[in-house]
Amino acid sequence: MLDTLFAALLGLLTFQHMGFMALGVILGLMVGILPGLGGIVGLSLLLPFLYGMDQTSALAMLIGLVAVIPTSDTFASVLMGIPGSTASQATVLDGFPLSKKGQAARALSAAFSASLMGGLFGALVLTGFVVVARPLILSFSSAELFALTIFGLSMVGVLSGSNLAKGVAAAALGLAFGAIGAAPATGEYRMEFGWLYLMNGVPLVIVALGLFAVPEIVDLLRGGSSIAGKTTLGKGWIEGIKDTWTYRWLALRCSGLGAIIGAIPGLGGSVVDWIAYGHVVQTSKDRSQFGKGDIRGVIAPESANNAKEGGGLVPTLLFGIPGSGSMAVFLAGLILLGVQPGPAMAGRNLDVTYTIVWSLALANVIGTLLCIVAAPGIARLTTIRYTLVAPFMIMVISFASFQATRSLYDLIALLVMGIVGVLLKRFGWPRPAFLIGFVLATQAERYLYQAVQFYDWGFLTRPLVLTIIGLTVISVWLGARKKPGEKAASVNTEGTSELAQAGQVWPQLVFGGLILAAFAFVFWESYGLSQLGGIFPTWVAVIGFAATLVALLPLATGRLETTANFDAETAKRESDVKGGAWAMLAWLAGFVGGVALVGFFAALMIFFVVFLRTMAKTSWVKTLLLTLAAGIFMLTLARALNLVMPAGLLQAQFNLPWPFR
Amino acid sequence: MKNSLRFAKGVAAAVAAAATLALTVPAQAEVDFSGQTVEWWIPFGEGGGSDVWARFYAPYLSKYLPGQPNVIVRNVPGGGSITGTNEFVARAAPDGLSIIGTSGSTQFPYLLGDSRVQYEYADLEPVLVSPTGGVVYIPAHFGVADASELGKLMGTELIYASQGATSLDLVPMLAFEVMGLNVRHVFGMTGRGDGRLAFERGEANIDYQTSSAYLTNVLPLVEAGDAVPLFSWGVLDAQGNVQRDPTFPDLPHFLEAYEMVHGPISAYGIELQAYLAFFGSGFAAQKPVMLPNGTPDEIVQVYRQAFIDAVNDPDLQAAKGDILGDYEQAVGDDVAGVYAAATSIDPVARDWVRTYLSENYNVTLD
Repeated sequence: MLDTLFAALLGLLTFQHMGFMALGVILGLMVGILPGLGGIVGLSLLLPFLYGMDQTSALAMLIGLVAVIPTSDTFASVLMGIPGSTASQATVLDGFPLSKKGQAARALSAAFSASLMGGLFGALVLTGFVVVARPLILSFSSAELFALTIFGLSMVGVLSGSNLAKGVAAAALGLAFGAIGAAPATGEYRMEFGWLYLMNGVPLVIVALGLFAVPEIVDLLRGGSSIAGKTTLGKGWIEGIKDTWTYRWLALRCSGLGAIIGAIPGLGGSVVDWIAYGHVVQTSKDRSQFGKGDIRGVIAPESANNAKEGGGLVPTLLFGIPGSGSMAVFLAGLILLGVQPGPAMAGRNLDVTYTIVWSLALANVIGTLLCIVAAPGIARLTTIRYTLVAPFMIMVISFASFQATRSLYDLIALLVMGIVGVLLKRFGWPRPAFLIGFVLATQAERYLYQAVQFYDWGFLTRPLVLTIIGLTVISVWLGARKKPGEKAASVNTEGTSELAQAGQVWPQLVFGGLILAAFAFVFWESYGLSQLGGIFPTWVAVIGFAATLVALLPLATGRLETTANFDAETAKRESDVKGGAWAMLAWLAGFVGGVALVGFFAALMIFFVVFLRTMAKTSWVKTLLLTLAAGIFMLTLARALNLVMPAGLLQAQFNLPWPFR
Repeated sequence: MKNSLRFAKGVAAAVAAAATLALTVPAQAEVDFSGQTVEWWIPFGEGGGSDVWARFYAPYLSKYLPGQPNVIVRNVPGGGSITGTNEFVARAAPDGLSIIGTSGSTQFPYLLGDSRVQYEYADLEPVLVSPTGGVVYIPAHFGVADASELGKLMGTELIYASQGATSLDLVPMLAFEVMGLNVRHVFGMTGRGDGRLAFERGEANIDYQTSSAYLTNVLPLVEAGDAVPLFSWGVLDAQGNVQRDPTFPDLPHFLEAYEMVHGPISAYGIELQAYLAFFGSGFAAQKPVMLPNGTPDEIVQVYRQAFIDAVNDPDLQAAKGDILGDYEQAVGDDVAGVYAAATSIDPVARDWVRTYLSENYNVTLD
């Protein structure tokens, strides 16, 4: 084993192999910086080049890309408040406030060093674990996976802010959204309104961008200045590394957590960061700064999401079962290279596995260094007037969204989720709780059904299930324990409610009423289904309805001092635009409407010109230059991915040449 | 002056070329894709089996099409591959620059008469059909040594970890039904790999894997004495008869196994017909490549020839490994028969499957 390990390293350390790895790392860096684009897009860009490449170079290139994305996606999370990919959503909670305080440099360097630590830990796990992992992975059956989804859902507790009922209701709403599409147990379609688009449910990347990116863009536009405001990037590079060193045990624990969750096939990587975030909040003594810029809130998710990649490779290589979307594309790459994953990867093909291990470790080091080098330049983006940045952000997030099905429906879904996100944020319904519910909905339902089918209800007494449930109870208790006079461990993800207590509650009541109606609809829709297909959404609807009632009752009876009273529009803004959030959403809606009429590319060009002229009030020269830059960027990316962009009415009538096709 | 002269010459040449082209069209147009791009539509996302298959074929197709056009794979995912295929038939021009490769998951809703399907396979022009195969296996502890002893299992409830009643796992569902096995299907698996894990954990006790996954992942279990292979799905020959899978020449195919249990088949009943239609569509002729409706015959012929040449390319044969397996790719004149097996079903057999699915699994397709 050791011989193979070092032979693999020597095999990798040639100019050619390292060159291809650097190529992968650089591409991964660029893709990772763009919000919403992650491993799937990056790897898809590389797939066409695999034909005729030698195995080691190709593996180095693919892994180089996979390894650096959870590091470079931090830029968007910390600097823009937009999750760089689905793996770094939790980083936003503390990373972005730090950035606003002028400590972006510190947050970034802490994130990068934590990422490096996680990445190396992941590679280490892969080295040793891959040889013995088989029985361990097999011990996680549907029953254990269901217990793990419950563990994941229990994190809602710490992310509910000061009002638990709202957190539970938001999570239930997420679960309800996650239940759209085919029921795992019966294949019946639920709440899809007969649309083919909703058959497979709403794509996760669209939900994440709608909930987090759209509200942030709207808010920043209303603010009118640049993201950084008058503050600077700060000079915290060394401090950030020191922070990671101070909290090295935390980073190690979260790396372990990330690697384990990544290695268990079936849970998916998108909750790793939230679980790590929940863990750090629950186990910390001083929790007052979480959500307002606590460096630990950056270190925990970042070390976990990088370690996850190494862990995630274990089932991908050993069983040919990809743990995530990007691992599925990586698997395709392996097969194109003539590597068939299976038990032989820990035996006969161990050399291939160890080439991957070393690539992962080296790529993490190179990637981290490059990120640190690139950071000051990238951070300057935050000093640019946001009205100039916003159209580019809208371009990138819509591009990322329509990767899902390459159609206009993706953009409509983004708009709808964006409106939901803006409203949740305004009324203090914790969006992370919604997201956790959404991510775990399918898993929770599927694994519960399968566990009962395979083991009957006796599955609850399986030793590993009991262990996980025990851990869940302990972690919830850790979060709930408090000294007298102190609040329980819960992070106000949407801001502090005291600052947003409204005198006028009717907007909150209307929104609450809409949510009640939504739950009633879910209940009614589930009623017509078979028992197996309908039982999950029925319960979600009942729990969500009850929790919403609990949250609304004090408001409806005029007790306004409650923590449920939250309307961000109450707080005075330093500056605002006419029409507020709705006006900004109208821009997005206008763009999506434009796509429906003239197709994506033409609509994007028009949107840029109109937005820059009216909102940013730039000169014609500057407007045209920026529009041109956006056009070239979009065409390069679309060409490389062989994309035809979403079409509108115009395209339905006329056969236009690419890119207007 | 010089420039304008060159321009005039260019125009003259273009006019001449156009004139020649116009003259030759009615007779035999020389199909040439020089400098053009062929889009190979795949109605699935990046990284799936169909995506890998198309990406593997693409460089060889490019090599043998006249003029060596650039062949790119265009993924149009969503709606369980119905969306992308609907879009193809609605939008792709019959100029030889757009082709589509579908899979069993695209053929099944068509065969079942799903109302969301807007494509008609009979209208498309097939130019290649790639088969695949698989092996059904059970744990060794049942004491069943091979398919001839399947009778021992008739009273036992078996459990199969399925991806869903209308997924590719419809084939094993119908196979078990026809065979008379008592199998409970547990749905919601996200791939056959999931099903294999359930089998290895002992949750499921009957499973199948496609050939390459069987060889890499199940054969070690068989060699260790933990699992027993029962039968392969088999392949179809050019006459549409089921034959043994070339990868597993020692294993009986499903029909042989059926005869071992139930005696010789005298006539194909409705259930067997239904099974055979979905078996053809899901395995023996799983992945067809087609040109749009109305594509000129010259172009169809050029594509058929290109795939004959591609499949005979020694490089492709050397590199095909697990992607194509040992299966004979249907090309040239063999395409039509195999394609028909993948895309047609007797209306009575269709109704039987629809009723079976709605009565047992609450599946409605309208």
